[in-house]
Amino acid sequence: MNILTLMTFIPVVGAIVILCLPRDKDNWARWGAVVTTAIPLMMAVSLFINFDRTQDEGFQYEVIANWIPSFNIQYHVGVDGISITMVLLTALLSFLCIFASWGITKAVKAYFALFLLLDAGMMGVFVSLDFFLFFVFWEVMLLPMYFLIGIWGGPRKEYAAIKFFLYTLLGSALMLISILALYFNTTDPLTMTNTFDMVMMMDQANHSEWLRGGQIFGQSVPLVIWTALFIGFAIKIPAFPFHTWLPDAHVEAPTAVSVILAGVLLKMGTYGILRINFPMFPEATAQLAFYFLAAVGVVNIVYGALCAMAQTDLKKLVAYSSVSHMGYVMLGMASFTEQGINGAVLQMFNHGTVTAMLFLLVGVIYDRAHHRNIDGFGGLAGVMPVYTGFVAIAFFAALGLPGLSAFISEALVLLGSWQQNPMLTMIAALAVILSAGYMLWALQRIWLGPLNEKYADIEEINRREIFTLVPLAALVIYLGIYPTAVLDLMGASLNSLNGVVSKFL
Amino acid sequence: MDLAPVESLGYFVPELILGVAVIGTILADLLVRRKEVLAVAALVAVVLSMLASVLMLADTPDTTLFNRMIVHDQFSLYFKIIFGLAAFATIWMSMDSREVDQVSQGEYYALLLASTLGMYFMATSTNLLMSYLALEFVSLTSYVLTGMLRNNRRSGEASLKYLIYGGVASGTMIYGMSWIFGLAGTMDYAGINEALTTSSPASSLALFIGVVLTLSGLGYKIAAVPFHMWAPDVYTGAPIPITAFLSVGSKAAGFALLLRFFYPALSSLGDDGQWQALGGAGWPQIILVLSMLSMTIGNLAALQQDNIKRLLAYSSVAHAGYMLMGLVVLSDEGLRSVLFYLVMYYMMNIGAFAIVMLVANATGREDFDSFRGLAWRGGALPAAAMAVFLFSLAGIPPFAGFIGKFYLFAAVIRAEMYTLALVGALNSVVSLYYYARIVRAMFLDEPDGSEETVSLDWSTGGLVAVLTVGTVVFGLYWTPVIGLADRSVRFFLG
Repeated sequence: MNILTLMTFIPVVGAIVILCLPRDKDNWARWGAVVTTAIPLMMAVSLFINFDRTQDEGFQYEVIANWIPSFNIQYHVGVDGISITMVLLTALLSFLCIFASWGITKAVKAYFALFLLLDAGMMGVFVSLDFFLFFVFWEVMLLPMYFLIGIWGGPRKEYAAIKFFLYTLLGSALMLISILALYFNTTDPLTMTNTFDMVMMMDQANHSEWLRGGQIFGQSVPLVIWTALFIGFAIKIPAFPFHTWLPDAHVEAPTAVSVILAGVLLKMGTYGILRINFPMFPEATAQLAFYFLAAVGVVNIVYGALCAMAQTDLKKLVAYSSVSHMGYVMLGMASFTEQGINGAVLQMFNHGTVTAMLFLLVGVIYDRAHHRNIDGFGGLAGVMPVYTGFVAIAFFAALGLPGLSAFISEALVLLGSWQQNPMLTMIAALAVILSAGYMLWALQRIWLGPLNEKYADIEEINRREIFTLVPLAALVIYLGIYPTAVLDLMGASLNSLNGVVSKFL
Repeated sequence: MDLAPVESLGYFVPELILGVAVIGTILADLLVRRKEVLAVAALVAVVLSMLASVLMLADTPDTTLFNRMIVHDQFSLYFKIIFGLAAFATIWMSMDSREVDQVSQGEYYALLLASTLGMYFMATSTNLLMSYLALEFVSLTSYVLTGMLRNNRRSGEASLKYLIYGGVASGTMIYGMSWIFGLAGTMDYAGINEALTTSSPASSLALFIGVVLTLSGLGYKIAAVPFHMWAPDVYTGAPIPITAFLSVGSKAAGFALLLRFFYPALSSLGDDGQWQALGGAGWPQIILVLSMLSMTIGNLAALQQDNIKRLLAYSSVAHAGYMLMGLVVLSDEGLRSVLFYLVMYYMMNIGAFAIVMLVANATGREDFDSFRGLAWRGGALPAAAMAVFLFSLAGIPPFAGFIGKFYLFAAVIRAEMYTLALVGALNSVVSLYYYARIVRAMFLDEPDGSEETVSLDWSTGGLVAVLTVGTVVFGLYWTPVIGLADRSVRFFLG
């Protein structure tokens, strides 16, 4: 069977099995979840090893099967350089998050079953090549997320859960209409019928006249559909001004869910733009993204950093730092240079690992102190040296210290974007100071300085927590020294995508 | 083919079975002491009638019956199956309902079967007068069924409101029909169609007035804005199985009549599955407005409800709006998506009411408080099923409701009516908020200990299980249903 199919559906099987377990077998549920995320992780490793890094056109590990023939809906999955990094990230974070969820005691079986469904939904989004399938996975993910935040979340969980759900669904509604408009205006050249196949939609030769240059609501069709799709994805990124769901959701969600939210879900927005907006409407992309997307990216960087600086809740600070860091992804994508676009996708991967570490670390301290007030601690480095070591790696990575992974991607983004938008790049580069500011300031207030006597006996980080952090820390350091390991994977596909789009500049 | 009364009987088996069952139930009520037998008998009758319809699906010729009063075609069979399913679920629910225990069983089931029979006629009639009589038949039985709870003031009030609104609506409707009769010179649908095709009517304004007046009766039956005012009160007051029956069966019957009236009678089919409204009457625009209004007002009103039945009433108004989208586009594709949607709607809406009944049986209430923490006080399974139904109603994949909406939107986008699609899609987003409120009450809110425990018994559990599985399975694989809907968009005029 196809490896991608297995990676997507093994967690579903795991979820069903866990739900059927007898009462009071909470540990069985935990280990079941470990097994059903470990298998996809091993498959991801084999994908990483066997992936053909030179192929710049088309997809690998592709499988196509009829699903609903009357509407030409297919089960079509595959990976290329853009999606493989996200597949790897999803598999890794899902596995680690199971361990980060070990302390969950309320309705354990339901928690892990929902978590596995979420895993399947995320994996499905990254591997689908049929737009209908993509949409189904995109939406399916919302349900477990709603319950995971809503049932296992913090004090304002109800509000955060529904806000997240409604925001995303608003984007989905626009996306659904765009998908249907695309369907009715894309013709499969072989069968001469309409198709949902994303690969077909990426070839403008299959588009109808109307889709290429018609008018709708007094505007050009490609621009309108591009914008509708973009709003759907921008909500997920989240791009300013659609970002307000994010701090709420992150703060209320349990640790592992925050990790998944920031580590994987946010990437779906930028992934969607690269997978759908860029190749399907290269001309509209060139027109709109060049200034607009770059500007939104810079606003995200600066605004996110300023908000982060103002926070008193450590988790909220990390949440806003995500808004800021996702801005680099948009800025890089909008540069239409090879450095920029490669840097953007590398930043997606690196942000996934760094922010996952940050949220895990926040979880560690919250589990012990039951609050996350930045000013409520002090001098923790003295009592929790190992923990502080990990904190240092994550914080320095997040502020872009050379030698750690995020530096490489941010540098690539700035390098690429400088060639096109020196002014915006300058602002973005200066914002690095802001991010150093909020990170170091928080570091100083919590971990350095005189010890807060209240926490003199605080327990050091335990083995399970170290186990979740070590692989991420290793990746952060390794990719800081040798980013080629990931750049290699995506280079060929991204450069050819960049070629398609940038010829319209 | 036109058949005279006696030959017609061969194609009249589903109706005959129900007719016999109505009389049989009344008589049996006098004879048997154990009243549960009546419910089982009614259930058997409905199943037999459905079976007869299903058997006829395979290649019976289309024909008019009883001197062109009613018609036998694929379209009517499809609807008869839906009515049968609705009646089946309603009777099943009635057997488990505490409310229904108090009412006189013989009358209750006889009226229920009679109402179903009336719906059959609504789907089959091809004559203005026959349509009107069928509609009245269904209405009259529904008034009584709504008011069945004699000791409950809300039930009586609901019945009275239903009766008054219904009386006005059907009066308006028959007045409108008389205008159409005056213009076409015949009450036969085929005759009307021919009259409008061969010569344009004396005044297209007159035709328009006639159509709009008739629409008020039909809009009342499907509970579309602005004819929806009765729905919240009636849905709240009626026994829960009857509410479920009205929200699905009655609505489907209204759509059957609406489709047959507007499509084969008032428009003509082109070669490419596109329909053309005849006689210059701009009814598609009217339906467009009704559709948008129904969705928007239904959804906005539902946001503020505290009674779940009332909330579901407004939700059903909104769903009438979604389905009307399929009529606006004037294509076979749109019609088929309405037919398809009705099946999906049947499963999720009946399912939701079944859970409401389960909770009402245990707690005696139907408000948000009765659902609070349902998942944590023994009702995890019903709460999960309810979540499936509600998310399906909101149109979230991978549930049946999403696929239903998907086909409706596809038809609308195919017709390039982007504004309508946008209004519909945004409405779906709004609707999520109130459906999720119920989910929130069930899962996110903790019970405060004052609530009764709710548990699933085998009987209701069976029904809920079937509907849940259907809602999920049809959300993933729906080819057979859409295939059936596709071939059922075939009207016979004779």
